[in-house]
Amino acid sequence: MNTPILQMRGITKTFPGVKALQDVTLDVNRGEVHAICGENGAGKSTLMKVLSGVYPHNTFDGEILFENEPCNFSSISDSEKRGIVIIHQELALSPFLSIAENIYLGNEQATNGWVDWRKTNLEAAKLLARVGLDENPVTPVQHISVGKQQLVEIAKALSKEVKLLILDEPTAALNDEDSGHLLDLILHLKGQGVTSIIISHKLNEIRKVADAVTIIRDGKTIETLRLDEGQITQERIIRGMVGRDLESLYPDREPNIGEEVLRIEDWSVRHPQDHSRMVVRNANLHVRKGEVVGLAGLMGAGRTELAMSVFGRTYGTATSGKVYKYGEEINTATVSDAIRHGIAYATEDRKHYGLNLIEDIKRNISLAALRKLAKRGFVDKNQETVVANGYRKSMNIKAPSVAAITGKLSGGNQQKVVLSKWMFSDPDVLILDEPTRGIDVGAKYEIYTIIAKLAAEGKAVIVISSELPELLGICDRIYTLAAGHITGEVPIAEATQETLMHYMTKEKE
Amino acid sequence: MSALRESLGFLTSRLRQVGIFVALILIVLLFQGLTGGILLEPQNVTNLVVQNSYILILAIGMVMVIIAGHIDLSVGSVAGFIGAVAGVMIVHWGWPWWAAIPACLLVGALVGAWQGYWIAYVGIPAFIVTLAGMLIFRGLTLITLKNQQITPFPAELRALGGGFLPDISGGTSVLEWLTVILGVGATAALLIQAFKERRIRRKFDLESEPLVWFIIKTTFTALLMLIITFLLASYRGTPIVLVVLAALVIAYTALMNNSVFGRHTYAIGGNLHAAELSGIKTKAVTFRLFVNMGVLSALAGLVFTARLNSAQPAGGTGFELDSIAAAFIGGAAVTGGIGTVAGAMIGGLIMGVLNNGMSILGLGTDYQQLIKGLVLLVAVGFDIFNKNRSGGGGDLGKRFKLKTTPPPAEEKPTPAASETVEAGVK
Repeated sequence: MNTPILQMRGITKTFPGVKALQDVTLDVNRGEVHAICGENGAGKSTLMKVLSGVYPHNTFDGEILFENEPCNFSSISDSEKRGIVIIHQELALSPFLSIAENIYLGNEQATNGWVDWRKTNLEAAKLLARVGLDENPVTPVQHISVGKQQLVEIAKALSKEVKLLILDEPTAALNDEDSGHLLDLILHLKGQGVTSIIISHKLNEIRKVADAVTIIRDGKTIETLRLDEGQITQERIIRGMVGRDLESLYPDREPNIGEEVLRIEDWSVRHPQDHSRMVVRNANLHVRKGEVVGLAGLMGAGRTELAMSVFGRTYGTATSGKVYKYGEEINTATVSDAIRHGIAYATEDRKHYGLNLIEDIKRNISLAALRKLAKRGFVDKNQETVVANGYRKSMNIKAPSVAAITGKLSGGNQQKVVLSKWMFSDPDVLILDEPTRGIDVGAKYEIYTIIAKLAAEGKAVIVISSELPELLGICDRIYTLAAGHITGEVPIAEATQETLMHYMTKEKE
Repeated sequence: MSALRESLGFLTSRLRQVGIFVALILIVLLFQGLTGGILLEPQNVTNLVVQNSYILILAIGMVMVIIAGHIDLSVGSVAGFIGAVAGVMIVHWGWPWWAAIPACLLVGALVGAWQGYWIAYVGIPAFIVTLAGMLIFRGLTLITLKNQQITPFPAELRALGGGFLPDISGGTSVLEWLTVILGVGATAALLIQAFKERRIRRKFDLESEPLVWFIIKTTFTALLMLIITFLLASYRGTPIVLVVLAALVIAYTALMNNSVFGRHTYAIGGNLHAAELSGIKTKAVTFRLFVNMGVLSALAGLVFTARLNSAQPAGGTGFELDSIAAAFIGGAAVTGGIGTVAGAMIGGLIMGVLNNGMSILGLGTDYQQLIKGLVLLVAVGFDIFNKNRSGGGGDLGKRFKLKTTPPPAEEKPTPAASETVEAGVK
């Protein structure tokens, strides 16, 4: 029974400046479902990309044995030839093509260059039966739900005679019912001899399907737990995922907390395309003057969605709930309403949502509050320069002048421009989404100092972060989210990584 | 020596702006030689201005639309339609010119509002809406004119196309003195403005332009304006349409550079999502841009009709292509967010000089079109080449997805796999 199908030994993968994987070991037995657990950014996806040939064999160190033979993949098609198929979190289907065409995309059932449609559709129908999908193979993929699209991906994998199926967060985009189906299918395929690796941090799913769990943290293998040895328990997995020490990377701060500024009540948001999916469910939270409140949650928990839906309904549809500022209900249905009511939201994705990268620093800083600089519709450029220069000094933005193009700044300096922009709009509440993502350690400290300064000035600050140590280092209170629910509210004195992770992986009934 | 190196460094950083200006001068000199001096004869310079005025008016609105990341294919048809409307109002209904002109501009605004509604609020790509508009308004032109031209127009309207400012010296002098006064005054104003801006830039430590280059550039521009003044003054003086055009260029340059509306336009074209998340009412801005385009199309239609003294079923055909080409030759980016009114004017003049010069040489429209097409291709190709070489400009591939205009083939987003492979190799 316990014959290994895959052995990865001493895998080390380095990106410029970062060791993404360090001496990682992974052993997967034939016919098992093997889960890989870890925090966001722990290196799970990188490991799978190494395995599937997305990173060619000469770009990392270590050895991969598949069915006891060494693997030197230089592309995905090499690994697919050996029967290793990866299904990415973002589905790679072409929406306008039919189910059957998608299944055989790149592997067309053709004779002499002409597609044999009868065979394509017939074979596709057989594969659909295997994955339990009751759809006509000629239906365009865009007309079926995301859950069914996931099944099409699996059918596509089966068409390649898959021996090892890798699923990267397969249920992240699915509702509960579809998730259940998918997990059943994985178990069903296991019965047919297909080995699966499933990347997930939903502990209930892991308990349902996994025969073994490998935990990865900071690019290293922590341990592999086996079901038959009774090792798979929630406590053990959580301990493995978070077990590291807090480093003193955070500025000291004396919180001076005042009255309540913002309160969100009974907030619910539906997915913009798939209306059956609740992304945020009945969330209640509040933040006070001078307080830094953290929102913790794993990928897909609904943190960004919650923040963006409050900030001018920029995410989701059929949003319901109420927002109060200083006890009075306010309307934040558009971004300009939200800004007018003193709310600012600095996005997690600076490049695509935060900055105009082809424009200079001063014009980016002034953008959200341009009217403050304008008389009768015309901008006072001198004043604009004075303001931008002020922020360049106070925020320590490293650039030759405020006329420098933001696209050419480093991540840390870009983030300071984004923060300057929102500080200039003079908000009472700042929502900072992953404020230190993609920023080096030194600049992180500067960002933390800025956050501390904002709180000291009496602003209410909400920080969304995937890094628990960061939240523990700068927040006064932390809310945890899981699957759209607020599952916990933890004062900083009681917060540890373990308690937070416990709430973050908790499923509300 | 270091001053020279500094100047050269600055010039390479502004290769595009400098290049386009040098290209215009080279083209002028080339045709001046080829035509044996006819190109820069006073009468021909006057012709050049008048002939190109309506394209230049359209190019102002077009570059704004392009900066916001859209396109307008309907301007030629709209200009033709407004010509027809003017014909009906003035010739058939006997409206006076001072009532008909505002009425025509209003109709233009309504046309723009119609298209802007579909683009901004319904979300249909501008390419499609204005392609439909191109057909719709050509059809309406034919219907309004019942397929026949309307003529003649009263002298007051014709002045808008071919009229000149009055001769204050009573036709006795060799030079038109009013033109000389206007030209010298404008040159002086330009110099004062240039020095004022440089002083402010220095004050805030934003100056990157070496003094040598500033002097060369300013002197050159001033000389150029004086030469044009002299040429116009030694023929019949200042065309009225040039006064209109100059006023528009000044007003719209100020609007795009300094107004909240102009800034929002650049922000939308530069990064639509970031603009939205900064509280900019992106739909309202887009809507207004198209209303503005409608008004300018109407004005171009009036000038064109006035010049021909006739509203014609085919009036305005091809204007959209010339004005789009002017904007792109003038440095506007297909991806939006980049472009200037002044650049579009230079682009329009390049097209105009090519047209005029080749016509004098007796080249047929066959070769004219061939050469104009190649010039457009080379100008934008140079831009792309320059951008790739300097590696600036941020994540253009991603920005393309936000645009409603279809992305050109070479900017297709690369598959994620190959991207990560590259990242890994580095």
